[in-house]
Amino acid sequence: MRASSFAKFAAITLALAGLATPALADSVAVAGKSALNYEAIAMFGVFVLLTLGITKWAANRTKSASDFYAAGGGITGFQNGLAIAGDYMSAASFLGISGLVFANGYDGLIYSVGWLVGWPIVLFLIAERLRNLGKYTFADVAAFRLDATPIRILSAIGTLVVVAFYLIAQMVGAGKLIQLLFGLDYIFAVVLVGCLMILYVAFGGMVATTWVQIIKACMLLGGATVMAFLVMSKYDFSPEALFKKATEVHPKGGAIMAPGALIKDPISTISLGLALMFGTAGLPHILMRFFTVPDAKAARKSVLYATGFIGYFYILTFIIGFGAITLLLQDPSFFKQGAVAAANGSFDPKDMLGTGNMSAIHLSKAVGGSLFLGFISAVAFATILAVVSGLTLAGATAVSHDLYASVIARGRASEKAEVNISKISAVFIGIVAIFLGYLFEKVNVAFMVGLAFAIAASCNFPVLLMSVFWRGTTTRGALIGGFLGLISAVAMVVFSPAVWETTLGHPAGTALFPYDNPALFSMSIAFLGIIIGSLTDRSARAARERAAFEAQYVRSETGFGASTAGAH
Amino acid sequence: MSIDNQIMVDRIKNDPQFHDLVRKRTAFAWILSLLMILIYFGFVLTVAFNKEILGKSLLGGVTTVGIPVGLGVILSALVLTGIYVVRANSAFDHLTKNIVDKVKQ
Repeated sequence: MRASSFAKFAAITLALAGLATPALADSVAVAGKSALNYEAIAMFGVFVLLTLGITKWAANRTKSASDFYAAGGGITGFQNGLAIAGDYMSAASFLGISGLVFANGYDGLIYSVGWLVGWPIVLFLIAERLRNLGKYTFADVAAFRLDATPIRILSAIGTLVVVAFYLIAQMVGAGKLIQLLFGLDYIFAVVLVGCLMILYVAFGGMVATTWVQIIKACMLLGGATVMAFLVMSKYDFSPEALFKKATEVHPKGGAIMAPGALIKDPISTISLGLALMFGTAGLPHILMRFFTVPDAKAARKSVLYATGFIGYFYILTFIIGFGAITLLLQDPSFFKQGAVAAANGSFDPKDMLGTGNMSAIHLSKAVGGSLFLGFISAVAFATILAVVSGLTLAGATAVSHDLYASVIARGRASEKAEVNISKISAVFIGIVAIFLGYLFEKVNVAFMVGLAFAIAASCNFPVLLMSVFWRGTTTRGALIGGFLGLISAVAMVVFSPAVWETTLGHPAGTALFPYDNPALFSMSIAFLGIIIGSLTDRSARAARERAAFEAQYVRSETGFGASTAGAH
Repeated sequence: MSIDNQIMVDRIKNDPQFHDLVRKRTAFAWILSLLMILIYFGFVLTVAFNKEILGKSLLGGVTTVGIPVGLGVILSALVLTGIYVVRANSAFDHLTKNIVDKVKQ
């Protein structure tokens, strides 16, 4: 795709954005929502123009497959750390966790801790071995000594399923958010997000995607820092004063300072903990980021930076959530018409305009006026765009690099053909994402992210870990364990109370699987499947694969012979 | 893999320094992983079974014990990551370079 077609596509997308104005006026008139947020639209426009400019620049520099999939391996550890943080800090974590703190206080912190503890595991067990063995996808690693065709099919399916669930969650979230922030129609918002992400990925590849992530991470960290600073400045930077005021105005009182009802039974708790902890190490769009740096040293550094940024961000969201409690709860302008305040003048967090998930957005207005509100709204939209772009690139790479180049063309495809397939796949995935976003408008998205993590922890992670660490792993074992993990995770989620009863509307108590998160069981099934399937494998292929472990082991531990930046 | 490459892999494989490095680094990585797992699940299971402890007042004010504990878990993730990166990027990488340089001669 040349620069001229990029210009055309970009022009169409921008024209589409222009069409929004009448739709805006209509929906505002019909729904009687708040006035048009011109500051937000203008600032988001600046973000879009800036990122499209970068995409054009990236498109001119993207020549080889290595450029397209891995930014030529030329990203530094610090930049990659920011980009990883950008990939990981989705709108769900920004708005969702601050909303959870706003509604329940301390429980929000418990939740956010879970999202962080997977990072050390990624560093200790996965990052450098992945960088040393692979080229563009984690399937490169699993297929290093195992039979490439079936292993790549398994990995590509694992990737696409995880990407699909994660993408649906982000698209639906994006549609809802933009509907609220900008007053746009849901479907229009979903189409706009879809078109922009196609542009970034199909034209700019990993270079553009990385820079979109970096800019977004800086905007999000900067905006959240300012917001937390403004909140703390109202309490003379004393956490005790902030907490004291919060316990006075929150309907739950002192209970917001202690663990509440978020954690139910120990099995569900452990299961969710496992999914969060090990799911991170199986997310394809995150794993792919380790191929953008020159070597294992930079790969390690990027995890350290990412952990720092993400941890800092969760502390900020905690302050923001408490700021929302103290500064918004007694202000009727942030609550639905007809909501009744308690005797002390506080409203119920549930009655907030646009639900508690909008508390961070409302808080930005309370502490920084409409200009800051515009900025934070634009940041929230940028956040979604960046995350869906990373996901789309990971999905497109699985199709072109794993399925097309290795399985269909059996290694005989030219680099150019492979990259073209990837671009076409990105367009196709974008269209599918728009369609799924439309289809799943009414579905509760929170469990979809949990499901994506559970599948990543039960299929991608066990196959990756065992192929690298255990000499005995054979193709048969990896296939049995990987597919069993994938199927059991999906099945247990479908038959869980959250989906079977709450979403599909079956009567309470009919769910076959009693827990909301399957990871404890599906991960065990996957690992057992790999071990038993490998131990009982007496084929000649298995013997060859075990013998090939030595060479893989030397390379994974020393980086000797690993693909180097720009050399492939 | 080329023949030359195979010879070098064999040399590394037979180098006692290589096995020494891998043993040390792998043990270090698994110990740190285990620590993280213990810290996180220790926290979560305290929440599940003994939440009163976390709800106690820290210094007599409204701030509870749970606040520094929760922030401590976040900080521990960063500290463990930092410890690993510092040691891996200096001592371990130095050893790795020695091993690889030796076989290239």
